[in-house]
Amino acid sequence: MKHLLSINDLGAEGIDEVCRLADHFTEVSQRPIPKVPALRGKTVAMLFYEDSTRTRLSFEVAARRLSADVMGFSVSASSVNKGESVRDTVATVSAMGPDAIVVRHRSAGVPQQTAAWTDASVINAGDGWHEHPTQALLDCYTIRDRLGSVAGRRIVIVGDIKHSRVARSCVMAFTVLGAKVTLVAPPTLLPPEVGSWPVDISFSLDAVLSDCDVVYGLRVQKERQSEALLPSLREYTAQWGLTAARAARLHPDALVMHPGPVNRGVEIAPEVLDQPNATLNEQVRHGVAVRMAVLYLLLAADPDLRPEGAGT
Amino acid sequence: MSTVIKGGLVIDQTGERNGDVVVEDGRVVAVGPDLSGDEVLDASGCVVAPGFVDIHAHLRQPGAEEAETIETGSWAAVRGGYSAVVAMPNTNPPIDCAAVVQEVLALGRLAPCDVYTSGAITVGRKGEQLAPMAEMAALGVRLFTDDGRGVQEAGLMRRAMEYAAGLGVVLAQHCEVDSLAAGGHMHEGEWSSRLGIPGVPAEAEELMVMRDIALSRFTGAPIHFQHLSTRGSIAMVRAAREAGLEVTAEAATHHFTLTDEACASYDPVFKVNPPLRPADDRDAVREGLADGAVDAIATDHAPHSPDTKEMPFDQAPPGMLGLETALALALTELNLPLAEVVGLLTWQPAAIAGLKGVHGAPIAPDGPANLCVFDPNETWTVDPDALASRSRNTPYAGRQVRGRVRHTIVGGRPVLVDQEMRP
Repeated sequence: MKHLLSINDLGAEGIDEVCRLADHFTEVSQRPIPKVPALRGKTVAMLFYEDSTRTRLSFEVAARRLSADVMGFSVSASSVNKGESVRDTVATVSAMGPDAIVVRHRSAGVPQQTAAWTDASVINAGDGWHEHPTQALLDCYTIRDRLGSVAGRRIVIVGDIKHSRVARSCVMAFTVLGAKVTLVAPPTLLPPEVGSWPVDISFSLDAVLSDCDVVYGLRVQKERQSEALLPSLREYTAQWGLTAARAARLHPDALVMHPGPVNRGVEIAPEVLDQPNATLNEQVRHGVAVRMAVLYLLLAADPDLRPEGAGT
Repeated sequence: MSTVIKGGLVIDQTGERNGDVVVEDGRVVAVGPDLSGDEVLDASGCVVAPGFVDIHAHLRQPGAEEAETIETGSWAAVRGGYSAVVAMPNTNPPIDCAAVVQEVLALGRLAPCDVYTSGAITVGRKGEQLAPMAEMAALGVRLFTDDGRGVQEAGLMRRAMEYAAGLGVVLAQHCEVDSLAAGGHMHEGEWSSRLGIPGVPAEAEELMVMRDIALSRFTGAPIHFQHLSTRGSIAMVRAAREAGLEVTAEAATHHFTLTDEACASYDPVFKVNPPLRPADDRDAVREGLADGAVDAIATDHAPHSPDTKEMPFDQAPPGMLGLETALALALTELNLPLAEVVGLLTWQPAAIAGLKGVHGAPIAPDGPANLCVFDPNETWTVDPDALASRSRNTPYAGRQVRGRVRHTIVGGRPVLVDQEMRP
């Protein structure tokens, strides 16, 4: 595999392989010196056109723990502000010979376009409303870690599905692994023709809450009020927020997940975030191991050098 | 000096017959067997038709000469078999007053085909105030449109239609309700949902078609609908015509050829406005062309330089080239008799644009010598680098198509001979 642009590039087997590799890198991360020479001499360029804290830091830490060199790229300090096109910027970065380019952009499809403009491997770190495959991978890894497997789990994704790249990647990843996914949102926050997606739909969180293994909350942005998609965030929280009262109706082992950043008190009540079944910090921690696995999968030259039990 | 077109099948509004065609001094002088002339153009195995008429071409001049000029766009037209093109007014400055009309017409006089221009309905195409249609009509403008935008205000559109009817000119509407289409970059549906690209619903077009049919009934003024792309739009136009309203419509080549699935590549070459629609809408466009609900094939030729087009999908400007591939796509994609395809490209659009008698006219002695000779069976592969247009944004790169223009004659002058441009 050359690029990771979409969860579709991996399929069920690929996701399993990433998780097995991530098990190994989780162990590496717990060592006194959490670093291996697997990607020594490789260079990973970060091309982040959109603000990001966790994804960018996570990729950087992952690359460094594999001994790769990291080329940072900060849009505000770059020639993008001088009007350089994405294509020219990609050409410029490529000319410096990175082995991988990690791309985040507010427009859907930019990673796919980038892959056509460079010889490097391209990793999609989030493109518009389209996909965020490494987020879905770390979520699969977290569910697998907590519940043993993703297959057969009943997963409720609640929130602004329409505008969410996380939702698109997670739906693909969870369903290809055999989970039963239910999307919960007001109709204004569901994508068009969502009936063609391999999921169930509910407009009521209360109707599905007591019967699920995972509640996955998505960020709801304030702008949705001005676009007439929601009357108010207050109404959103009352109808679709994971309040303490709703959380109390969950099965005791059910997980509460969120890709972050959270609007505390909007999507999930603050006290629910502090419960032991809320996995937000674990998701971030697993993100490093999972991104190490992805970088390793794309860039490690010799598959024989792969760690024991890491599959093929 | 006379030119004889030898051995072709002559197709025009009066029918089909085998025969040679002699042209001299801008007119057809003879049609019949075994004719001769000073220059001989071979037409064996070919159709001799009136020159094509494109009532929807973006020639980009003034303002975006890096994408196209009236000269390069006209050569693209000639290569596509067109003897006449109607320029769209979304230039910079827009074609919304006599001065800009005169500039475009002056540049057009130097072009290898006849260049007509449309004028804007509203000042600056802003949809706020009527443009001086009478002064533009006095210079020969027959089609008025704010193309690229629909006239949003129903009250303003009503007055524009009434005013235009008094001048004997036709309004052409780009049907799109802004409040439904805003922020969209492709058809809203299964593919936009999957690709995470904001969509434009079919209803954004259909609501304006519905409104303007009602306004045509109310005012008695004719209305022409540009580049219809949905089954619902075409059904409404069909019903309006059956009810006797003066409603005409065009379809763009890409809307009967491509579907929204093409956007899965995220290649902005497939971004166009109105957007590519699902297969059912594409089929409806084909049905409309076949049963007469749609009068004309238009190209919506919309050149963009690579610098402006090779952008993230949602930042790229909409539009694709069309002049040099329209005939081939019509012959390849539409399962229609040759004469019907010729009608959709010639006398039917000529009638809408008020060009009847000059373009799309019967090929007969003393008729105008605006002609196209094409081989309906030659297959060829679209190569963006071989196009005469200044831009390269064809969505058909590498596509094998059938039907190729061989000669184009404008005003009696062979400007394209055996696919070679003759400046």
